[in-house]
Amino acid sequence: MAPVFEYAPAPESRAVVDLAPSYGLFIDGEFTESAGGDLVKTVSPATEEVLAEYTRGTAEDVDRAVRAARKAFETWSALPGAERAKYLFRIARVIQERSRELAVLETLDNGKPIRETRDADLPLVAAHFFYYAGWADKLGHAGFGPDPRPLGVAGQVIPWNFPLLMLAWKIAPALAAGNTVVLKPAETTPLSALFFADICRQAGLPRGVVNIVTGDGATGAALVAHPDVDKVAFTGSTAVGKEIARTVAGTAKKLTLELGGKGANIVFDDAPVDQAVEGIVNGIFFNQGQVCCAGSRLLVQESVHDEVLDALKRRLSTLRLGDPLDKNTDIGAINSAEQLARITALADQGEAEGAERWSPSCELPSSGYWFAPTVFTGVTQAHTIARDEIFGPVLSVLTFRTPDEAVAKANNTPYGLSAGIWTEKGSRMLAVAGRLRAGVIWSNTFNKFDPTSPFGGYKESGFGREGGRHGLEAYLDV
Amino acid sequence: MPDAGPAPARGLTRPVPLRGLYSRYARRYARLVTMPTTAPAPGSTASAPGLADVTASDSTLRLFLHGLPGVDAVGLEARAAALGTRSIKTTAKAYALDLAISMVDLTTLEGADTPGKVRALGAKAVRPDPADRATPSTAAVCVYPDMVPAAKEAVAGSGVKVASVATAFPAGRASLAVKLADVREAVAAGADEVDMVIDRGAFLAGRYLKVYEEITAVKEACGTDARLKVIFETGELSTYDNIRRASWLGMLAGADFIKTSTGKVAVNATPANTLLMLEAVRDFRAATGVQVGVKPAGGIRTAKDAVKFLVLVNETAGADWLDNHWFRFGASSLLNDLLMQRQKLATGRYSGPDYVTVD
Repeated sequence: MAPVFEYAPAPESRAVVDLAPSYGLFIDGEFTESAGGDLVKTVSPATEEVLAEYTRGTAEDVDRAVRAARKAFETWSALPGAERAKYLFRIARVIQERSRELAVLETLDNGKPIRETRDADLPLVAAHFFYYAGWADKLGHAGFGPDPRPLGVAGQVIPWNFPLLMLAWKIAPALAAGNTVVLKPAETTPLSALFFADICRQAGLPRGVVNIVTGDGATGAALVAHPDVDKVAFTGSTAVGKEIARTVAGTAKKLTLELGGKGANIVFDDAPVDQAVEGIVNGIFFNQGQVCCAGSRLLVQESVHDEVLDALKRRLSTLRLGDPLDKNTDIGAINSAEQLARITALADQGEAEGAERWSPSCELPSSGYWFAPTVFTGVTQAHTIARDEIFGPVLSVLTFRTPDEAVAKANNTPYGLSAGIWTEKGSRMLAVAGRLRAGVIWSNTFNKFDPTSPFGGYKESGFGREGGRHGLEAYLDV
Repeated sequence: MPDAGPAPARGLTRPVPLRGLYSRYARRYARLVTMPTTAPAPGSTASAPGLADVTASDSTLRLFLHGLPGVDAVGLEARAAALGTRSIKTTAKAYALDLAISMVDLTTLEGADTPGKVRALGAKAVRPDPADRATPSTAAVCVYPDMVPAAKEAVAGSGVKVASVATAFPAGRASLAVKLADVREAVAAGADEVDMVIDRGAFLAGRYLKVYEEITAVKEACGTDARLKVIFETGELSTYDNIRRASWLGMLAGADFIKTSTGKVAVNATPANTLLMLEAVRDFRAATGVQVGVKPAGGIRTAKDAVKFLVLVNETAGADWLDNHWFRFGASSLLNDLLMQRQKLATGRYSGPDYVTVD
């Protein structure tokens, strides 16, 4: 018996990240003190170590940021598109140059593995800025009339699961179209947005075009409700999204919402099994399942259920859980104690409702917020874990017999963000895709993103599209 | 800042055979496959007993091979690339380099091969790094049949095996009688291992049973002493579906090893085609209990690449294959890079090509 091939620790150095003890608010081109907002700690979810303190922005701070953005809008929107593009290209290049630093920072603050921030988040962030930089001088050719105008000041509220990527999805199209922005990052992951503020300075972006106001739900609510905001863009939970929709109802504000999901990953009996297993893993365990478009419901054809589940379980037992900064880590930490509690409660409920729970034998670190990859089999449409978004590394496995049944079950959810279809038969793939009510449908892959592709939801998953030509529409007066 | 970070990343468990996994393929091919009630002992090289019905006729064999799950090329290559990002450092690297050295089939397959050249190769295989006696020997030397006697002499008493290509290598375009004579000559000269090529023409024409029968005939000619490696020439089979079918075909016919390529065509071993073959041997053992080795050959030139292949083995087939009885590299220039990396790890400095022997 050969000795075991144990991978030695291969931690990415955190020396590349220079964190200040505390951060103010980035308003009108500089970091400023808050008017009365207190300091809040942000911790590393993997160790609970305090990384830095940031400012809880007040309504007064939000007002100051919106006024700065309004002032900057006049000149920014009057710039020729090619000039705005130069700034965006410059930002994209700086992001590429600083990508290692930003990847480590994101891993520290969010808890996701460095492999993901390095290979997925950061390349996509840069690609998003490059892509929309290209649109800035071609807005007249985007299909929204010869000279579409920007909306004004955009108030943007983003989640903690992809802090910098969601920032890119919001800021890049807004600036390309000629808007100015006030962005509020999530409560648990403010740091990469504050580093982005520094990148804006480094790129020489005019003052007030991008403003970052950190804070909690109250800060976000103040931004959304501010009377001088022309456009609200939100990515986050469906509950908060509904609240925001109520707030802006009856105003002239334009609104886009990207909310929750309960994506169905449909595996037919003629699927390429080994790749389908990879897709299932990528669909639900990428970013610890904290992905709005996660493939959290596996719909597998009953005739191959055992074969697929056996292969999936074997694959899951090779996943490496631990220090997110280790380059060989596949599964990192859950973002916060609050989220961990929610995942734990829903998983326990799944068990209580009679679904069969399975996890690979798994040693969790003693400090930090951790949840083992979990698979529930014997799940039906009636189970809570088949209906509610868990937003964690928990897969619910259901079976179906025919394509019609697969479509019916996949669509039987209040959400409609993503779906996946695994089959080697092209005609079946196209026929099923046409009947799924989901904004993004992947075939023989899952969780693949590209700035050229629009992304958004049906039903309670929200409305409006981000990415691609469609993503411009949300920031133009059309 | 507390120094005690979270526990280092580690595999959740060693891959263990799961209950039910064993019969994964049995379920899929319930009508074709009769399962053995107990798995043969590991190391058994008997051809798959439970799958005998599959090869009863051309049509059952075709039905079986075309019933194997398809391969999604994009997904397969993405998985191979993702495993290529594993970071193998310090102790893990030292282990991997030594393991890789011990898995090399040090190869010379040139028209210009001479007994002198083969002797030099044999000496190198036995003692790859004369400056460091702790360096493991390679697994084998791999030569043409007429060079087997010279190779045998060069590695005598060392435990290094002699592998001989045969069956009208590399094209395989000869009659079965000629191929078998080629094999018998190599075995008679003392070859411990025979590397045969399949008839790609027959495979691509859909004559699977002809390919099968040729392999079984060669296996028989190898007798009980020589292990048989079956080369598919994956670059000529071209599609991943074909590579998966060829893998199962070779294993059904009694291959001890399945091997990617001859090294004589444009596309040889790649991470993706090796990953696919590792999945095949893993699934074959789950279905039949018989373990088959894998040998990527051609195009693996750097230690870094070799370590990536070992990661593929570790995370696909599992630790049982991390041994030169079950995994080989068909290579020549790879060895010197492995040795230089080994010296670097030991001394902290890179030496130059003059500090490893030219063979």
